Amino acid sequence: MSVDIYKINPEFRDIMPKEILDLEDNATWYGEKRGINDLTDKKEILEEHSLCAGCPEAAALRYILASLPTPSETVIVNSTGCTSLMFPHIALHTVHSLFGNQNAVASGIKRVLDWRFPDKTKDVVVLAGDGATIDIGLDYTLQSFFRQEKITTICFDNEVYANTGGQESGSTPKGQVFKMAPKGKVFDKVPMWELAVTSGCQYSVKLTASAPKSVAKVVREAILIAREMGPSYIHLYTPCILEIGLDANEGLWEMKEQDKDRFVSFKYVSPEAEEYLKNCKKEGIL
Amino acid sequence: MANLGPADYSPYPVATYDGILTPPEGKALLLTDIVDEEVAMREIARVMLTSENATIFPGPQVLYAWNEEAKKKATLIKEMAEVLNAKMIPMYDYRPKYPKIDAEVEINPNHPNLTIWHNNIKACIFIGVHCHYANVALKIVRAETDCYTSAMCALSGHEDAMATIRDQHSEDLARFIQVAREVKQELGK
Ligand SMILES: Cc1ncc(C[n+]2csc(CCOP(=O)(O)OP(=O)(O)O)c2C)c(N)n1
Ligand code: SF4
Ligand SMILES: [Mg+2]
Repeated sequence: MSVDIYKINPEFRDIMPKEILDLEDNATWYGEKRGINDLTDKKEILEEHSLCAGCPEAAALRYILASLPTPSETVIVNSTGCTSLMFPHIALHTVHSLFGNQNAVASGIKRVLDWRFPDKTKDVVVLAGDGATIDIGLDYTLQSFFRQEKITTICFDNEVYANTGGQESGSTPKGQVFKMAPKGKVFDKVPMWELAVTSGCQYSVKLTASAPKSVAKVVREAILIAREMGPSYIHLYTPCILEIGLDANEGLWEMKEQDKDRFVSFKYVSPEAEEYLKNCKKEGIL
Repeated sequence: MANLGPADYSPYPVATYDGILTPPEGKALLLTDIVDEEVAMREIARVMLTSENATIFPGPQVLYAWNEEAKKKATLIKEMAEVLNAKMIPMYDYRPKYPKIDAEVEINPNHPNLTIWHNNIKACIFIGVHCHYANVALKIVRAETDCYTSAMCALSGHEDAMATIRDQHSEDLARFIQVAREVKQELGK
């Protein structure tokens, strides 16, 4: 994709709204130093969205967008869920796949891109909820890991089917009660970050979205590894403050609590990937 | 409302139900008739020059300078607007917008009728809108408004427009501008 795709023909500048002129003038897509510091004032990192006020999933999605190493060469594959309300507003290639199919769709896109653009580096990143990744799409998620597809999968784990009003998911912790799970979850939370390792991921990290810089770091590492080595997985806690009864300003506090509990940090990097990351650091890519 | 064609919850352009298809190569479509391109160009120019608040809706394929042809077309469309005394309102992206669009300054394929109602547009030209979104928008406009729609299409045209010319590249736009100048002179506008 060429940067010209965002350049407005001068004949039309006077009829274009300010937000589009701003996008052309200030977008970070091609900036060398783009990152989460741009979150406060850069248009394309979604300054507005229609998710619940204070939703950590929305914040995490913005951190991820700001951290993509090459956004103009990235295709995001998403699935139905709360974040899918944000995707139509992203000035970036996104594909909304059928719920649960996201890793199968991403595998196909990545393979075709590699075939069609052999001289370019194209990143394919799956962004989906826990329901899509761990329950309904588990087959496709794991199969893409088994097949060593060169894609990055990021799961927004809010431990519930939020978009459909609060049903328990495989990722809900044992005992948790929701509006539509009144008896409490009977089984344990599925340790997806561990399944990712045994299923062949070169990189698997579990963390909360409490620290934007940590999210940015793992996103970059995971995408670089997927480019060269094989599947990478990020399991990100983004609590649904609505379903667990917290106020808009309490999401961060909840994530910090869970940094010490269910989401105590987990990181697996295969020895080859470890070596590769070291080289990336040396070359200044990381 | 809806006195220029039927509305239908159908995946196909509504006009296809009346047996209207896109014109063959080298020809144009005027309401139900296949005509010579020149005839359609004259009629589009006439309607634009004689209707209230005639407006050109340029889409992303011409708004953005993504190739040399788009740059050429931009200059020509600006000239076309001057010749037709038309306003321009851009369809700069296809995002669904909530709670609503600013109908004064933009047109959106998901509810193009809002812009047409708000600005009381009685004739318009769609140009540079990707096929699928042009189809969606033209169908809604046909169903919900009494605006005369023209589609200047770089591919095979649009059945749901009242007038459509196809394979319109920069040379053809230049020719259209010439025709429009002549019609303008004849009309004394
Ligand atoms: C094939 C299919 N099955 C079911 C649904 C209904 N559905 C929409 S959103 C959703 C839950 C999403 O949960 P999750 O993936 O955890 O995302 P969240 O909303 O929690 O972020 C479901 C089941 C659907 N849209 N498509
Ligand atoms: S329902 Fe929960 S996950 Fe969805 S937008 Fe609201 S807070 Fe976020
Ligand atoms: Mg969820």
